[in-house]
Amino acid sequence: MNWKAFLAMLARDAHVARRNFVALLFQTFLQPLMFVFIFGRVMVGSGYMPPSYKSLLLPGIMAICMVGTGIWAVAMPLIAEFQFTREIEDRLLAPMEISWLAIEKVVAGSLQALAAGLMVIPAAWLLLRPGVDLHVPHPLLFVLVALLVALFSATGGLALGCSMQQTHIGLMFSLIVAPMIFFGCTYYPWSALEKFPLLQKAVLVNPLVYASEGLRATMIPQFPHLPLLAVVVGLVFFNALLLLTGLRNFHGKSVT
Amino acid sequence: MVAGIRTRDLRKVYNSAPPVAAGTGGFSFGAPKPKGKGKQPKPEIVALDGISLDILPGEIFCLLGPNGAGKSTTVGVLTTRVRPTSGQAFIGEHDVWQQQVAVKRLIGVVAQRPNLDFSLTAREILTFHGAYFGLSSQERAKRAEALLERFKLTDRADQMVRGFSGGMMQRLSIARAMMHDPQVLFLDEPSAGLDPQTRLLLWEIVREYNQGGKTILLTTHNMEEADALCKRLAIIDHGRVIALGTPQELKAAVPGGYLLRLRFGLHSPDFLLRLQALAGVREVRANNSNGADLYADRGGSLVAEVAALASGASVELCDVHISEPSLENLFLHHTGRSLRE
Ligand SMILES: Nc1ncnc2c1ncn2[C@@H]1O[C@H](COP(=O)(O)OP(=O)(O)OP(=O)(O)O)[C@@H](O)[C@H]1O
Ligand SMILES: [Mg+2]
Repeated sequence: MNWKAFLAMLARDAHVARRNFVALLFQTFLQPLMFVFIFGRVMVGSGYMPPSYKSLLLPGIMAICMVGTGIWAVAMPLIAEFQFTREIEDRLLAPMEISWLAIEKVVAGSLQALAAGLMVIPAAWLLLRPGVDLHVPHPLLFVLVALLVALFSATGGLALGCSMQQTHIGLMFSLIVAPMIFFGCTYYPWSALEKFPLLQKAVLVNPLVYASEGLRATMIPQFPHLPLLAVVVGLVFFNALLLLTGLRNFHGKSVT
Repeated sequence: MVAGIRTRDLRKVYNSAPPVAAGTGGFSFGAPKPKGKGKQPKPEIVALDGISLDILPGEIFCLLGPNGAGKSTTVGVLTTRVRPTSGQAFIGEHDVWQQQVAVKRLIGVVAQRPNLDFSLTAREILTFHGAYFGLSSQERAKRAEALLERFKLTDRADQMVRGFSGGMMQRLSIARAMMHDPQVLFLDEPSAGLDPQTRLLLWEIVREYNQGGKTILLTTHNMEEADALCKRLAIIDHGRVIALGTPQELKAAVPGGYLLRLRFGLHSPDFLLRLQALAGVREVRANNSNGADLYADRGGSLVAEVAALASGASVELCDVHISEPSLENLFLHHTGRSLRE
């Protein structure tokens, strides 16, 4: 394993992200924070939503931000670089196994997702305050879940980015990412689906459910949530599945 | 450590994707499908059909051939980017498919289609490339500066390459491939899109790089370039090597060698027969009612005889063009087609 090349590629991604920092900032935070403002502040303030919704919303928003960032950061460049600009060829020719390039993408995407997740907490908290009840009784568990969520976002980006065609980007968002977010227990807790038992079972195939419920379980444990064990098992399973799919497709794309 | 290039019977068959929704379900009229899934055979393109080459360490070797001959596919196989269907390829002692990392350390590649990193400036493209190959940051900066200077890109060094012209991108691609000082340099149509002056600069740089003992494989469909640069060349067509040797050897191998392209007011078959009978003429090919191609083993001295023959037969001679022994004629001779199409 060639760590020098690996780190140089991470440095390259960091450099590019820094260069696009402001655009990234808007792209990541604007929409979720508007949602936080309207639903958490306006709707709660006017009495359409119960005050507890503020606390329930925050972990879900964090999950959306992380997953959106990771998928975007990994999938979009891959789609463009494989099909259109061929920018990736220079890195495919670096003296390193090409699987490590895919893993580098996952690491870079996870780091960006973590940064987005950590930055959205204070921002959302400021928008919602007062009345958000954040308890983090086990910081280590919180860190573990946040890491797994970040990894999920990046492996998801790898799998999507290596199986999508450029012409299907719009489809990817309307057919995969949007349903995943709406049925991902992000804007509501999983327990809210009790009245829809079939749906409640069905959404368990959506990895985002484990992400948002996992963040709820570690940030606001006083509310009902999926058991932490189920969350960890679910996330580890989906991470492994997406990583393996992604690596396989990455190989398929990088050699003709 | 110097390294050569060796391939043994390389074949590459591309299976292009089947047309969308072809042969899925529904009724099928006509002959019943064979049992099983009844998949339609994918159209296959044989890009390489048994290429065996031995390129010596320190040699400038040229692959010459028309569009679609298989030049880029050969380069792709040798640079780990294309998986051969069968056969073997070696860079130095390393099998390209089995020992990819070792091979990638030895090679520098300029692909035919531009693939610069559009998120970076010209200088960053070079320094990051150096970093992938483990150069220290001082070394990177020094080499990048020297290469930018050499390729006349210094004044654009800190601009994003998005705004570069095609030729500037091409120069930067070549500079990038030289950045880690590879033992073997692959240049896939390096002079495409370069102005004549820059092409001369490129030739000079290639020769200079070769003088350091480096092996260079370049592809082109420009005869002049092959003639000017390479020690040996292979002419390939339809995925096969149809001729191999030094430019001089290959040119000497064309019967006759000279080509006289003649244009008359109007000629007759009888007149063409008489042209054929002139001493030294190997072959006469008529094109249209007023043109003829004359393959012969002498050039200028034939013109007077042709002119005399023409005036004797009261055929008007309008135009004469002589081309000397050339790789172009060689290609024509081997394939019956002109390289320039
Ligand atoms: N990725 C691919 N998928 C399917 N067929 C391909 C692919 N790449 C090349 N081919 C086919 O293989 C053959 C050889 O192509 P190649 O690119 O090697 O030619 P070339 O000699 O480099 O031509 P040019 O002078 O145009 O660059 C062509 O018939 C081409 O259509
Ligand atoms: Mg080509």
